[in-house]
Amino acid sequence: MTTTRRDLLTAALTAAGATVTPDFTHAQGRDHDHDHDHQVAPSDPALRVKALESLLVAKGLVDRVALDALVDTYEHKVGPRNGARVVAHAWADRAYKQRLLTNANKAIGELGYGGAQGEHMVVVENTATVHNLVVCTLCSCYPWPVLGLPPVWYKSAAYRSRTVIDPRGVLREFGLELSDDVEVRVWDSTAELRYLVLPERPGGTENMDEVQLAALVTRDAMVGTAKVTAQRGGSRP
Amino acid sequence: MNGIHDMGGMQDMGPTRPEKDEPVFHEPWEGRVFALDMALGADWSGNAERYQIELIPPADYLRMSYYEKWLTSLLELIVKTGMVTRTEIESGKATESNTKAGHMLSVAEVAPLVATGSPSTRNVPAVAHFQAGQRVRASNVNPAGHTRLPRYARGKLGVVEHDHGVFVFPDTDAHGLGEKPQHVYSVRFAARELWGKQANRRDSVYVDIWDDHLEAA
Repeated sequence: MTTTRRDLLTAALTAAGATVTPDFTHAQGRDHDHDHDHQVAPSDPALRVKALESLLVAKGLVDRVALDALVDTYEHKVGPRNGARVVAHAWADRAYKQRLLTNANKAIGELGYGGAQGEHMVVVENTATVHNLVVCTLCSCYPWPVLGLPPVWYKSAAYRSRTVIDPRGVLREFGLELSDDVEVRVWDSTAELRYLVLPERPGGTENMDEVQLAALVTRDAMVGTAKVTAQRGGSRP
Repeated sequence: MNGIHDMGGMQDMGPTRPEKDEPVFHEPWEGRVFALDMALGADWSGNAERYQIELIPPADYLRMSYYEKWLTSLLELIVKTGMVTRTEIESGKATESNTKAGHMLSVAEVAPLVATGSPSTRNVPAVAHFQAGQRVRASNVNPAGHTRLPRYARGKLGVVEHDHGVFVFPDTDAHGLGEKPQHVYSVRFAARELWGKQANRRDSVYVDIWDDHLEAA
C-alpha cells in the first residue's frame, strides 16, 4: 500500500507540472507536536490538489460551483456562533435546556441547526462539580453543525492521545486549572454520537439577553477546554 | 487495526498548542480537498474512508497535516471506485470514459447535503444485549481491519450509562461486509480502571461501544 500511495502522490504532483517530489522529510524538523506547518511547504499540496480538481471537473465528476459553495458554507455559515446561540438559549430558557439535555437533535433543530457530522448529537452539562471534555482519540470527530470544522489542536496527536489519560494536564495547557474535587468526564467520540458541552453560565450575567450571552460563549468552552467568563465578551475562539 | 491512529493513552506527543485566531482553512487547497471529499463522499462509505486514512503508514500519518491525510485517502478512493485511473492521475488528463457515472453534486444540492448529512441509525429490530446500569467488560479483541473499540478500553470494566439505539457497525461496513446494525451504548469507565492510581478517583472516560464489543461482567 505504501508504494502505491506514494506513487500516486508523486504522479499527481508530476501531473501538476511541479519539478520537485513531495518532500515528506522536511517535516521532521518541525515541532513533533505541531502537525500543521503551512509555512514550510505551501506549494506541493496546492499543485497536487489543483491538478486533481481539474481532472475531476474534466471527467464530469465534480462541479466547481458546488465546491465553492461547500467551502463558503464552512468558512462563513457553519461555525461556533451556531453553538453559542444554542448555549445562550439554554441558559435563558429552562424548558429549552431540559429538551437540549434529553433530545439534543430536536432541540438544536429548533434553532435551525443540524446535518452533516451532527446527525446524532448529545449535549453534556458542566456544573460547579462536573466538568465535561470532548475528544476523538481514533479520528477527529467533532459536531460540525454547532461548532464548524475542528481546529488543528483538536485534530493533533497531542490532544487526541493525552486527553483520555491526563485530562487535567491537557486542561492546564489551555489555562484551566480544575480543583481535585471537581469530577472530570471525558467523552471519547468513538461512534457516530457528537458531543457538545453546555458550559456553566457565569455569574454577573443575570441581566444579559441571549445575544449578549451568546457573545460570551467560546468554541473552546463548548469542547470543554475552557470556561465561559462574563469578562470575555465577544472574544474568540 | 492496532495502528497509530488509535492514540488514546499515549504520552509522548507533546503539549497541546492552541492557535490564536485560527482560520477555518489555512490554505485554499485545504478547502478544496475538504469540498472534493464532501462532493464525492456519497460514492463510498464514511467508514471505508476512515479505514483508508488509517492505512497511511505511521511515520507519514504523524508527519502529514489533517488535509494531507484526506488528500491521500481521496486519491486512493477515487481509483478504487473507478472514477479515475492511476494513469489519468499520472497524466492529469481525462483519457478514460467515466464508467462510474456517479451523480455529480450540483450547487443546489449543497445546502440539503450539509443540512441532512448521512444518519448512521437504522430502523431495524436488533436485540439489546445490555441495559443502562449494567456492568460490562469491553471485549479483548484485536481486529486487523477498521474498528471503533479503542485499545485503551479493551478488557476494561465499565458501566452502561445509556443505550443510544441501533447504528451501522463500522467494523463490517468499512470492509463492504454489510451494515450489521446493532445497539450502541455509552459506557462509563472509571479513570482508575483505565489508568490505575495515577488517575483522579473522581474522573471517568465515556466511550460509545457497539453491542458486539461488550461482554456481561
